[in-house]
Amino acid sequence: MPSAKNRLSQTFDKREHEIVTQWLEQQQATGRKLNAAEREQTNRLSREFVRSLRAALERNGSGDISGSDWAPVRDLLADFSSQRAKDGYSPRETAGFIFSLKQPVFSALRAELGSDPSALADEIWLATLLLDELGLMTTEAYQKTREDVILRQQKELLELSTPVVRLWENILALPLIGTLDSARTQVVMQNLLEAIVQTRSDFAIIDITGVPVVDTLVAQHLLKTVAAARLMGADCLISGIRPQIAQTIIHLGVDLSAVTTKATLADAFDLALRRSGHKVVREASVASGLTVR
Amino acid sequence: MGEFLLVTIQVDMHDRLAMTLQDDLTAQIVKYRAHGVLIDISALEIVDSFIGRMLASIASMARLLDAETVVVGMQPAVAITLVELGLPMQGIRTALDVEKGMTALRSAILEAGRDGYSRSIG
Repeated sequence: MPSAKNRLSQTFDKREHEIVTQWLEQQQATGRKLNAAEREQTNRLSREFVRSLRAALERNGSGDISGSDWAPVRDLLADFSSQRAKDGYSPRETAGFIFSLKQPVFSALRAELGSDPSALADEIWLATLLLDELGLMTTEAYQKTREDVILRQQKELLELSTPVVRLWENILALPLIGTLDSARTQVVMQNLLEAIVQTRSDFAIIDITGVPVVDTLVAQHLLKTVAAARLMGADCLISGIRPQIAQTIIHLGVDLSAVTTKATLADAFDLALRRSGHKVVREASVASGLTVR
Repeated sequence: MGEFLLVTIQVDMHDRLAMTLQDDLTAQIVKYRAHGVLIDISALEIVDSFIGRMLASIASMARLLDAETVVVGMQPAVAITLVELGLPMQGIRTALDVEKGMTALRSAILEAGRDGYSRSIG
């Protein structure tokens, strides 16, 4: 018994050109306005897609598009969706690329099988299943790309919120804001150590005033950072230890005896200045209240 | 004050090369009556326990010969690895670069001088 699916494949074989032509017209009618270059590119992609679709149908007309026979078609669609997502097309426009193929395919099927309504109905159903599947795939690929963009932006946000600041010619400060997880702490450590090398700083002050919670993991990461900086030849101070944090650290049994800690960034800065041989001198103001030098 | 020796490690160290380095270095310390050794490891991107032990050995040998040692130029990735692996680097002085290393050497030599004979620093 000739497989019913083969009829779809045969239709594509005989009528590929007219399917493509009608599809391009359909796209132009329903899609957004494109300039000549974009139009040319989309047309080229459409032709390539239909060619690929036809080849896949010949290899495997079972309707299962998950196998290796359909890999070229899937890859083409994945790239296409990804690019559309990056170019700012909406999900509807992107999936519309596939769905607008339905009408040309149905017209071709009707032309081929018009005299056999039952066979026509079967093929239209199969074609619908196939194109729906491809359309869904396109949407999923589109979503994935958007998620990737969000992830990347999150990563950039993470890096933004751990800046290394230069307090004095050989003193750096790292004001940490927000929760510290493993990934972020590693980024922080790397940034700080590289900044120490670049600025040839002797001191680094890690201020944790903005860190709401310190647990054993965070404490360990901080200790590792201090140890690494010391190995490189720079001294690390930790400041901004709030009363609750101090209690937590002791309760957790974390040993911070090897690290110099200060309650405030100001105290740590003062210490670093003194250790590096600097002295801060306040000059007496001349007139009372009017000028402050 | 005596001479300072500068050693730059640029290639991966393996057993024989390390032995050669130790031989050469100790010989040079004696020959030039050096009181300070600067080991520049800024070209090393990977450091393992072997290198760690080698650096510690060199520092100890140098001290026996009345020379202080400072290791300079440790890359951040190397420092992180050493900490993560928990490799003991106690007793090895470090500095960011050669210039700071020289400063560190001078104070190290001064310190060492206090234990024994007085030294005149020119």
